Amino acid sequence: MGTENVLVRMDGICKEFPGVKALDNVDFTLRHGEIHAVCGENGAGKSTLIKVLTGVEHNESGKIYLDGVAISPKTPMEAPALGISTVYQEVNLCPNLSVAENIFIGREPIRNGKIDWKEVNKRSEIALAKLNLKLDVSGRLDEYSVAIQQMVAIARALDISAKVLVLDEPTSSLNKIEVANLFRIMRKLKSEGMGIIFITHFLEQVYEISDQITILRNGQLVGQFETAKLDRLQLIAKMIGKDLAEFEKTIKEDVRDAGAAANEDAFYQARNLGQQGSINPFDIKIGKGEVMGLAGLLGSGRTESARVIFGIDEPDSGETEVDNKKVEIKTPADAIRLGFAFCSENRKTEGIVANLTIRENIILALQGKRGMGAYLSHKEQEEIAEKYVKLLNIITPSIEQLVGNLSGGNQQKVLLARWLATEAELLILDEPTRGIDIGAKAEVQKLVLQLAADGKAVLLISSELDEMVRCCSRMAVYKDKQKIGELKGAEISEINVMKTIAGGQK
Amino acid sequence: MESRKKMDKRLIDNQLFWPLFALAVLLVFDFFYLKGFFQIEIVEGHLYGSLIDIVNRATPLMFMSIGMTLVIASGGIDISVGSVLAISGAITAIMIGGDLVFVDGVQHHVAHYPMAVAILVALVAAVVGGLWNGLLIAKLGVNAMVGTLILLVAGRGIAQLIVDGNVITVYYEPFFYIGSGFFLGLPFSIYLVAAFLALIMWLVKKTAFGLFLEALGSNRVSSRFTGLNVQKIMWACYAISGLCAGIAGIIVASEVKSADANNAGLFIELDAILSVVLGGNSMAGGRFSVIGSVIGALVVQTLTTTIYAVGVPPEVTMVVKALVVIVIYLIQSQMGMKTLKTPAASAGEGALKAGEAKS
Repeated sequence: MGTENVLVRMDGICKEFPGVKALDNVDFTLRHGEIHAVCGENGAGKSTLIKVLTGVEHNESGKIYLDGVAISPKTPMEAPALGISTVYQEVNLCPNLSVAENIFIGREPIRNGKIDWKEVNKRSEIALAKLNLKLDVSGRLDEYSVAIQQMVAIARALDISAKVLVLDEPTSSLNKIEVANLFRIMRKLKSEGMGIIFITHFLEQVYEISDQITILRNGQLVGQFETAKLDRLQLIAKMIGKDLAEFEKTIKEDVRDAGAAANEDAFYQARNLGQQGSINPFDIKIGKGEVMGLAGLLGSGRTESARVIFGIDEPDSGETEVDNKKVEIKTPADAIRLGFAFCSENRKTEGIVANLTIRENIILALQGKRGMGAYLSHKEQEEIAEKYVKLLNIITPSIEQLVGNLSGGNQQKVLLARWLATEAELLILDEPTRGIDIGAKAEVQKLVLQLAADGKAVLLISSELDEMVRCCSRMAVYKDKQKIGELKGAEISEINVMKTIAGGQK
Repeated sequence: MESRKKMDKRLIDNQLFWPLFALAVLLVFDFFYLKGFFQIEIVEGHLYGSLIDIVNRATPLMFMSIGMTLVIASGGIDISVGSVLAISGAITAIMIGGDLVFVDGVQHHVAHYPMAVAILVALVAAVVGGLWNGLLIAKLGVNAMVGTLILLVAGRGIAQLIVDGNVITVYYEPFFYIGSGFFLGLPFSIYLVAAFLALIMWLVKKTAFGLFLEALGSNRVSSRFTGLNVQKIMWACYAISGLCAGIAGIIVASEVKSADANNAGLFIELDAILSVVLGGNSMAGGRFSVIGSVIGALVVQTLTTTIYAVGVPPEVTMVVKALVVIVIYLIQSQMGMKTLKTPAASAGEGALKAGEAKS
């Protein structure tokens, strides 16, 4: 472990956002031919560390060395020029341009004052061939799956420069085979001496691919470890700074309680509910005090069902009953009036209002329910916001902080707080733990069970089967925009869900 | 020192700082370059002077900037206000008109219809114009620029139809009071603005309208998912904007004692948008300050008055105005970002010099 092999060194990096110390004296070392995982909860500072390295954010103190030379990238354009390429969490490409255009956008080869398209296409094919991909590079990017788009982003990054490759959550939209493919490429690049920084929430992937792990917590460095010498439990414990075993235990106990509490008293019932093109008619019943799960693969119709139930997409068939009374739900406002709540899976675009404060975000739905006239006084608003900030353990210096400044997990909690404040009877939670860290995840899961124990009806959607199994007392399984079965009680297990999906009609 | 810095920072971070700063710079310039600019005389119990004049002349623009602020906060824009102004003016003028009658051998002018009715019809027409915009944009989802462009073009045609292509002169004394009367020493229209501003501030601060509007302007999808009636709120914004333009149209008609469907409120929508921007509001929608826009309107009017007063040749006034606006805008955005890093004083000098150079 000599210093001669060091590719990137970051020394004592500090970065402060209004009211939050995002990075506090963090060190980081990346060697040639190394895949280095950066782990930590949301808000730990992983993304900020990457952004400092790639010139998106500027560190207030500390130094960055690349191959022993001090660098300080000022813009995201400078870093690639130095040899640092990044593939960001959300695919940062133009869906309406061709694959080749996306790979060469901003640096098209020019001949005789015109873009040399032949050259662009040829070099794009070569760049993709390195990733074992053969595409029609003149096809529009959005004709390809998200996984391919992700690969194109990587091809672009590699084509720009190839000393350091930063991958920020590259696998969150990929399936197993695609992940395996990506890993194969990462290993190949590694063998060519490239340093790869890999950020992910999937711990299994950390162990599968990485050589070193750097752990951050609350903007501080916990330490750098050799992957082989750090077991999973230790890693998780270091990330959340708590004893994991205890966490697991409390969750399991709560589950048992919730299972017992479920009863036959239906809060919501729908027959033949559907909307042409998005979800085939289905029946569903959600009881008070139970956690009903909607399981299925991405695009199976689980989110579409939730949207129809909540009135985001107006149903074109079926009837609904709430508390055994016939109702019509055509808009979210109708649903909210009946005591529904809906946390969208797209937290940023359909959930929080980033430009408003925590206080405003929390009271928004309640105020919407009360109407324009009955405006909550500033004091009432503060009381409500303070109450939920405390209850859900939202980490913020003040309730007047803009929600956009919070970490993903805290944003999710603000969103939950918004609906809890309306005292909703039916909570529809679509991927409430997506993209948030283990600690917050456990807290959200606990909250879900707590809500059910308090007699609320909960409709839970999650791609993480273990989470569904842990929380749900009943489960509807979806496939190809159709409800194909229902599991309850002891039947609920990961293997049964998979069997149901695989077997089609149960 | 530390606390002093903090206070400075809070001051500069305040959205109203830069609009007020721009206004102050313009006034300081006027103080040095225009003799008697700050003189206020009392004639027959009425206050006269350039300052009063600016505020008085700015009233139509202030009204429109209030409406425009709400529309822009909702994530839209309303470029039809100039035409709505013309429609409202045309209706008022044609309905009041003024007939010469002799009562006991003395000449009198009487209105065709009672003045209150005329004004009411004009305002209703203006609101209907706003609702039309709302129908296109909030209900049918037409792009705001395109949607209001329709009324921008059609509205002026409607106004011309109403006056049958003529300039309608009004001969009815009481009507003139709105645009050029005095109340307790000050122009009457200033009280109108103050009252309307108070009403809007009440709506924005004391009801949830302001919160809903900011939520909607920042994230329309989440606002809908949160149960807000997005359409209704947008519709209300365009209706209010129409109402503002309607009131402005009445004031303008009363001021010039006539209605000119061709020229009344021509290009005023641009000044209204400019007022909103100079008031520190984002064109992207979301957070807004109505007060900021009103100050912005005063900046625009002060600038216009100043340019005329220093004797810029009429052919280039628009160019000079544009240049000064660019300077003000740059200072606002640049300085807003760098806040304390650049001393405010040097920026002030810069603006002043720019103003000098152009005049």
